[in-house]
Amino acid sequence: MLLDVRHLSTHFKSRHGTIKAVDDISFDLHEGETLGIVGESGCGKTVSALSLMRLIPDPPGRIVSGEILLEGRDLLQLSEKEMCDIRGNQMAMIFQEPMTALHPVLTVGRQVMEPLIRHKDVRRREAFTEGVRLLKQVRIPDAGDRMHAYPHQFSGGMRQRVMVAMGLACNPRLIIADEPTTALDVTIQAELLEFMKGLTRDQGTALILITHNLGIVARYADKVIIMYAGRIIERAMTRDLYLTPRHPYTTGLLASVPRLDRDTREKLLPIDGQPPDLADLPTGCAFHPRCRHATARCREESPMLREVADRHDVACWIDA
Amino acid sequence: METRPLIQITNLSKHFPVYRGVVFKRRIGDLKALDNISFHIAEGETLGLVGESGCGKTTACRTLLQLERPTAGEVLFKGEDITRLGKHPLRKLRKKMQIVFQDPFGSLNPRMTVRDIVGEPLRIHGLARGRGEYADRVGYLLDIVGLGPAMAGRYPHEFSGGQRQRIGIARALAVEPEFLVCDEPVSALDVSIQAQIINLFAELQEKLGLTYLFVAHDLAVVRHISDRIAVMYLGEIVEIASREALYHHPQHPYTRALLSAVPIPDPEIERNREHCLIRGEVPSLFDTPEGCKFHPRCPFARGICRESRPALRGIEGNGHNVACHLA
Repeated sequence: MLLDVRHLSTHFKSRHGTIKAVDDISFDLHEGETLGIVGESGCGKTVSALSLMRLIPDPPGRIVSGEILLEGRDLLQLSEKEMCDIRGNQMAMIFQEPMTALHPVLTVGRQVMEPLIRHKDVRRREAFTEGVRLLKQVRIPDAGDRMHAYPHQFSGGMRQRVMVAMGLACNPRLIIADEPTTALDVTIQAELLEFMKGLTRDQGTALILITHNLGIVARYADKVIIMYAGRIIERAMTRDLYLTPRHPYTTGLLASVPRLDRDTREKLLPIDGQPPDLADLPTGCAFHPRCRHATARCREESPMLREVADRHDVACWIDA
Repeated sequence: METRPLIQITNLSKHFPVYRGVVFKRRIGDLKALDNISFHIAEGETLGLVGESGCGKTTACRTLLQLERPTAGEVLFKGEDITRLGKHPLRKLRKKMQIVFQDPFGSLNPRMTVRDIVGEPLRIHGLARGRGEYADRVGYLLDIVGLGPAMAGRYPHEFSGGQRQRIGIARALAVEPEFLVCDEPVSALDVSIQAQIINLFAELQEKLGLTYLFVAHDLAVVRHISDRIAVMYLGEIVEIASREALYHHPQHPYTRALLSAVPIPDPEIERNREHCLIRGEVPSLFDTPEGCKFHPRCPFARGICRESRPALRGIEGNGHNVACHLA
């Protein structure tokens, strides 16, 4: 097992009280596996990822409980200095915004070389050669010349590829990609995701793919967790999740997206209402105000995640 | 069924001059945002327009609505060329055609109440007499977009993205337009909210007999809502067809690549699909390739593709047009 996350909770302090952005989530990941984390904005996807990297700004945020075991070592017990040796080295994160995640006044080359110089015992010249190789690997044309260019001279797709190159620099065991392609055009998106998927196949890298796009998950993930209001509400192998979705939110999401392969102009079945405000969560199950099957129990008690089939867990009172 | 076109666009081009230098500014060329595009939209029909960022979708909308004056070509609205209309006749025409913008946060004035936002077009065009009628109209508009008249006194920041988009739609409908341009109206919204807005567009079309130009980069959304679909690449239309034909018999390699790049939320189907047909970046509009604009990325490109630009031509009748030498 490469990564084992147990009962992780991350809370934020705000004027409206404590916000449970991530509330008791657990999952694991093996080498070469791809995990999809799906949910709408504000469901805790990004905070989960930042918690894994221990990049939660404190204050206002804090990881209040849980364990994050990377190859058996609990990241939450490490000092900041030890954590710095892991970030970018054993695990790397590819951020959502290629426009803002790169430093605007440093050359692309310097940014690609940085993890190498920080983590590996290499000379500048070797780092440069390696940087060129990395840029070539993510298919940036004229990589040698481009090392001296600045981020603003790159298109969005190329900047995102630079981010990927930086993430790959030290051959991490785990890559966390937070909406890596949302800002990109579909053809560029497909190319980049194929490339990352190739890495998991060839080098046994594990990949966490955070997205709101159910299609991307279906295409690339081996297993999926669906998050809602800071909690995992369904966790399953990808195939099982799409074949037999159990949680009403999951079925709702699947019924509400237009599919390229649907022919008729049938009506979509949207999920009524709005995603909840984390500062003011409903009692009981957070989804109950939008749920067509809600009962009295849903309004009072919050359901725990429990196994309903082999490797398929759901947090819902229906057919409990 | 042959209905007359509400909109007929012929050889429409929009070039933006590009300058270099500050003191001695000189024109160094033109950016061809729209390069000779033609299409029509029949009454009551939805034409979808897809393409990647920078391909000219938004310029097409703006030029169609005369928010930008075209460099060449004509736009016929009910048979009348509107590219040469003066300010006043154009203003009258604005009652007939409206736009819904992409960004539900930037397109509503934060200091105006919903009543003022939705009612502003009524005031500008003098469509409501007296307070009572004004309030009634605003209430009705908020009602048909699913918000309810009780929301009229609130400000935009009190609403979520989906609700704001509803306000934007109510504002566009205030003048009772016949034609609505929807420029990426759902791409900024959450997945579960997108469906609500897509359904709203469909309901409104049925109820009010609207004609849509629906622009989006998400082919699945466009295919869901459109009768016909036009695919744009670098300022040109490369393929236009009914949504069935476009999906089942795509002719242009770029259309095929777009289709294959869109993942379908079903792992069983995905396992057997081709995922990535083309590589590389979209070239800049300022420095477009010779010949077919798509040839540097096209896996099938031949000599002729590098030399001459293919024109949009019909195949198999029934309005399926494609601009490719090899189709």
